[in-house]
Amino acid sequence: MPYLEVDRVTKRFGMFTALEAVSLSIERGEFVCFLGPSGCGKTTLLRAIAGLDPQTSGTIRQDGRDVSALPPSERDFGIVFQSYALFPNLSVADNVGYGLKSRRKPAAEIKARVSELLALVGLPTQGEKYPAQLSGGQQQRVALARALATSPGLLLLDEPLSALDARVRARLRGEIRGLQRRLGVTTIMVTHDQEEALTMADRIVVMNHGRIDQIGTPEEIYGKPASAFVADFVGSMNFLTGRVAGPGRITLGDGLAIDCSHTMTPGSEIRVCLRPEDVQVRGITENTANRFPVTIAELEFLGSFCRATLRASAPEVTLTADFSINLMRDLNVGVGKTLDIALPADRLRVFAGEAAG
Amino acid sequence: MALAEATLVKPKASSDDIVMRAGIAVVLILLALFVAAPLWTLLSKSFHNADDKWVGLDNYIRYVSTPALMQSLWNSLWISLLTTAIVVPLAFVYAYALTRAMLPGKALFQAVALIPILAPSLLPAMSMIYLFGNQGMLKQLLGGGEIYGAGGIVASQVFYCFPHVLMILVTALSMADQRLYEAAEALGASRWRIFWTVTLPGARYGLISAIFVCFTLVLTDFGIAKVIGGQFNVLATDVYKQVIGQQNFEMGAVVGLILLAPAVLSFFADRYAQKRQVSLLSARAVPYAPKRQRGRDALLFVFCLVIAGLILVIIGIAGWASLIKRWPYNLSLTLANYDFENFDPTGWGPLWTSLKMAALAAAIGAIAIFTAAWLLEKSRGFHLVRNLVQFLATLPMAVPGLVLGLGYIFFFNSPSNPLNFLYGTLAILVINTMAHFYTVAHVTAVTALKQLDAEFEAVSASLKVPLPVTFVRVTVPICLPAILDIFVYLFANAMTTVSAVIFLYAAETKLASIAVISMDESGFNAAAAAMAMCIVFVSLATRLLHLLLERTVLAKLQRWRKR
Ligand SMILES: Nc1ncnc2c1ncn2[C@@H]1O[C@H](COP(=O)(O)OP(=O)(O)OP(=O)(O)O)[C@@H](O)[C@H]1O
Ligand SMILES: [Mg+2]
Repeated sequence: MPYLEVDRVTKRFGMFTALEAVSLSIERGEFVCFLGPSGCGKTTLLRAIAGLDPQTSGTIRQDGRDVSALPPSERDFGIVFQSYALFPNLSVADNVGYGLKSRRKPAAEIKARVSELLALVGLPTQGEKYPAQLSGGQQQRVALARALATSPGLLLLDEPLSALDARVRARLRGEIRGLQRRLGVTTIMVTHDQEEALTMADRIVVMNHGRIDQIGTPEEIYGKPASAFVADFVGSMNFLTGRVAGPGRITLGDGLAIDCSHTMTPGSEIRVCLRPEDVQVRGITENTANRFPVTIAELEFLGSFCRATLRASAPEVTLTADFSINLMRDLNVGVGKTLDIALPADRLRVFAGEAAG
Repeated sequence: MALAEATLVKPKASSDDIVMRAGIAVVLILLALFVAAPLWTLLSKSFHNADDKWVGLDNYIRYVSTPALMQSLWNSLWISLLTTAIVVPLAFVYAYALTRAMLPGKALFQAVALIPILAPSLLPAMSMIYLFGNQGMLKQLLGGGEIYGAGGIVASQVFYCFPHVLMILVTALSMADQRLYEAAEALGASRWRIFWTVTLPGARYGLISAIFVCFTLVLTDFGIAKVIGGQFNVLATDVYKQVIGQQNFEMGAVVGLILLAPAVLSFFADRYAQKRQVSLLSARAVPYAPKRQRGRDALLFVFCLVIAGLILVIIGIAGWASLIKRWPYNLSLTLANYDFENFDPTGWGPLWTSLKMAALAAAIGAIAIFTAAWLLEKSRGFHLVRNLVQFLATLPMAVPGLVLGLGYIFFFNSPSNPLNFLYGTLAILVINTMAHFYTVAHVTAVTALKQLDAEFEAVSASLKVPLPVTFVRVTVPICLPAILDIFVYLFANAMTTVSAVIFLYAAETKLASIAVISMDESGFNAAAAAMAMCIVFVSLATRLLHLLLERTVLAKLQRWRKR
């Protein structure tokens, strides 16, 4: 049985529907990310799960118990907000021990637990300080320790890293994930940063306009996006317009017919997706399928690789491709150069035309 | 889990929700009893006769057809207008000097200008009498004129209203965006043009607000007209005469409601103005930094010097006169006027009563009003009741003290009211004072609460800590400065207020501000001045203590704010 089940949860604010019949289930110990653009309803769903802003309709079951109508204080979760919401007038130790005190535990036991938690988040010596005296990253860890202090069954994180600078964020990603693995606590993290979701999550829930577009592992989300929206939102993607020619055949742009597996009816308008890194350049022979010549229009140096803008005349399309530095040297790539590329049929994904943008 | 419709969710109230709703219900009952009910009684009384029979508009018709009463209405209106026309420009220039010019001693100028707030409104009137009254030192300056009457009222009102108006205008003028001025200068606008096209429009909502506040202050003030009005009748003194003098409650109610009308109007105008004023300043605005302009600055400095000097003279005269043997014939100094037993059997009693009343109102008020604001801000659901409480919390702002006091006698004096036992006690003075000054205290509390992280309560609930515990351990300690501000505000106003409590005191609960009036009435002017000075000293001491507390104890308690 899944640890958390969300069944057709709908949330309305007046006339506006922020969540529309959202269903998902999460296994015990899983790390799940809610990913989507701003305003898609991620926070709304998280707050419904916490009971902070209960859903209008639908059921939420946690650990076999229907918690849909329960107030937050009767549910079992710890939460970290984007603002951290640390109590500024209490020391770090008092913040972490805040939830323990009201459980009438002996003072010595609370103290031991607080030191244990502070050690766990890597702040063993900061207990006496006040939150204002800590850096952003340290405050974030205190908030995490406070949320974990009462050993909740479910940990909820709302954009916990978004207020930090890139370097600290990258380090904390690993730390949070490591901590979660060690404690085995079921965790939901809200983020609009796809890289964060891809690197941290066991499974990602991609949301758009109050609905779930896809639920899957990072590999599935990245490699087999279920909708044009997911394809566009996660990673970079080439979108080429085309038309279905027949079973296993499509025409790109103004005429080039290529191989591609699909389930559409012949004649329908489609959008064909391909990741820039999947554009094939090496090992192209006379027999390579889906092959055509392109001219390099632009090159953008991005450190370990270059992103090239390629123009083809037949079919008349523009697409981007990622070239490793190695490949650039081997093939002597430069702006204006013409070369043959191929679109590997097994990497192409087809969606109905003008579906999303 | 098949195709059945998803079930609607009816959130269950938590124990916190229940506690908070109960708290809000209590607040609602208290505000209904001590704000709404008295006002309602006042309104209803104006439509009934002495035998409590419904008479429709009869009382109003009688009012309109009594020439003496209509004369007071007219008197009140033109006096209020004239005072406003004098005070607002003066205060505007003073505020302009404090915010937009380079003057030495700005802080001192600002402090001096605010001194009149520490005193009851009657103090400037008493000083005017010492200067220009029958035994006035400068009586000759008036030629054959009389200070008792319209002239004296307006002159005293100017002093009384000046600091109130000044505070509004200083706030309005300090909210300026440097970038606007730089743009205007870059466009080659002259200084005069910049003043008319940038400065004045920028402060226009502050000006509207100041005009209405000043008008209402004059219209509803009781003390000045009582002391220096002579035969010149105004609305505020009419109410007193009708109710206390002639026991004509119905007519008193009618006059009270007439006083309420402009106050309510000005309340809404002020709300409108304040909303607009706030939205003027965007988050990215650059604060205005005044530049030196020798000619203008010198002129403004002289202006401020004159105004501040006059304020000091007016306060000083009352202080001096309280130490004089026999004004103006024997100017040798004495403390005899502070021997209050010789002038009034209650002696020093009223001052202690005032201190006790002010301390109780401030302590109970600060705690209760802050807690009520917290309940209102942080509770979930219960929208109707919360909106009602919100409305009742802002209502007192629109009600002049005189009108509230009138409502209180009508409501609590009625023998059929089970709360009748409150009448004539210190408790009713305390309650009335808290109700009278509720709105500003409430707004201060709400402002402080809004600055807290909105998720404290969510965190607390997730950790299963009851909200009242978080209120005591987190919310109150963080908001301590605001709570102290509320305490001082209530205390200072309780010390100086006259208009509401004049109807409510009994022999044993006479307050210092009322003792000033009664000793003045009995002709003991010097003793009255002495008592007024005692109030000034207490208010001053309170402010200084507040400053000291802020710098020491509070700073220590709030050391977690340091980085
Ligand atoms: N209290 C509210 N009243 C009305 N509308 C709301 C309320 N809270 C959220 N919304 C709307 O619901 C939608 C989803 O909001 P939500 O906060 O869940 O977005 P989000 O996915 O978390 O976005 P972000 O990345 O910006 O935090 C938004 O369009 C928002 O405007
Ligand atoms: Mg959000």
